[in-house]
Amino acid sequence: MNLVVVKYNAGNITSVDFAFKRIGIDVTITDDPEKIRSADKIIFPGVGEASSAMSYLKEKNLDKVIKELKQPVLGICLGMQLMCEFSEEGETECLGIFNKKVKHFGSKELKVPQIGWNNIFDLKSPLFKGVQEDSFVYFVHGYYAELGENTIATTDYILKYSSALKKNNFYGTQFHPEKSGSVGEQILKNFINL
Amino acid sequence: MLCKRIIPCLDIKDGRTVKGIHFEELRDAGDAIELAVRYCKEGADELVFLDITATNDKRKTLSELVTKIASKINIPFTVGGGVSSLEDVSALLKAGADKVAINTAAFKNPQLIYEMAHRFGSQCVVVGIDIKFEGAEWYVYLNGGRIKTEKTALAWTKEAVALGAGEILLTSMDSDGTKDGFSNDITKLISENVNVPVIASGGAGTIKHFEDVFTLGKADAALAASVFHYNEIHIDDLKKELKRKNIKVRL
Repeated sequence: MNLVVVKYNAGNITSVDFAFKRIGIDVTITDDPEKIRSADKIIFPGVGEASSAMSYLKEKNLDKVIKELKQPVLGICLGMQLMCEFSEEGETECLGIFNKKVKHFGSKELKVPQIGWNNIFDLKSPLFKGVQEDSFVYFVHGYYAELGENTIATTDYILKYSSALKKNNFYGTQFHPEKSGSVGEQILKNFINL
Repeated sequence: MLCKRIIPCLDIKDGRTVKGIHFEELRDAGDAIELAVRYCKEGADELVFLDITATNDKRKTLSELVTKIASKINIPFTVGGGVSSLEDVSALLKAGADKVAINTAAFKNPQLIYEMAHRFGSQCVVVGIDIKFEGAEWYVYLNGGRIKTEKTALAWTKEAVALGAGEILLTSMDSDGTKDGFSNDITKLISENVNVPVIASGGAGTIKHFEDVFTLGKADAALAASVFHYNEIHIDDLKKELKRKNIKVRL
């Protein structure tokens, strides 16, 4: 298994690296387009701000590289949001893989960003094989993707939104499987076994 | 619905976990890695690791310990203690921390909060605030509680959040180590006045104290050390009891 983690300016890559090591898989962390294209599977991580992350990807030509990948790709958190069409964060044109807009949580009653453990339900993909409905996973985000045809998991915070998306070979999770206990580990294993 | 979080805290001195009362009288509480792994298994939602003797020459040892812990646990992990520059933050994130707590350095140089948030994202910026009640106000203390400032808890919290703090770790020095309960009034005031999560710390002694800090104190998370270190409260029992009281927790 040649698993590549895309290295760019928005990622807590150490956590992702450690999470795969715990399930016995060594990752290659790189921004080299050739190494990304030749990987068996790709993780596109991300924490940070959308517009600066997108500018960096464009500058390194990684935007085109990611869009054209044919093998399974898993975007995590900001990685998933960048795979959508557009983000309200910094009014950013994103990769446009998922036909989704990323919006800001507007709430006077609940805190934004959402930080902590919440449920995922309406699970619809082999990515969630062996994962029970309403399992808890760890979220840190102030923006969300709406529900729609690409939605493969739903979460409720202020409103119901997409906590995971899928289109063709592209998968994305709004939560952090690398920090989501045994449930997260199962999801990472499922991605490896896709 | 989002869960309330239970966060064990490891205060580290020379690689061992210690715990004091009112920030003093430290005693040994065990091996940091063993405790971290145990808490993770028992259902902790997150871990906080504060190096209370952090000095420059010990930085490298700290990073190594962070890496050893981070490689073993699969829940979020916050590290703090003596963090005073972006380089410190970067080194801890690279070592495997998910969030970094800053305290005295942030108070002395608030711009550091902005720079951290800008470079690494607010989600990893935890601003630690140590407070003590004097006269009619809660005041901010620095250097592990040794230096009093004239700034109130609420004023400093608002400033920190405006600069980009992603979470507030609020420690009541009056309650710390007493096991008499969290300082719920000030926790509530702070939590209701900022739009980021507030982690209440100091005073946990019984399961009821946790229930109170979530209901009366409006805390988003509760942090404790000795009740967990010395097995006085088992995290799993705590969370089951909270669930019975209709407080949403991860089980």
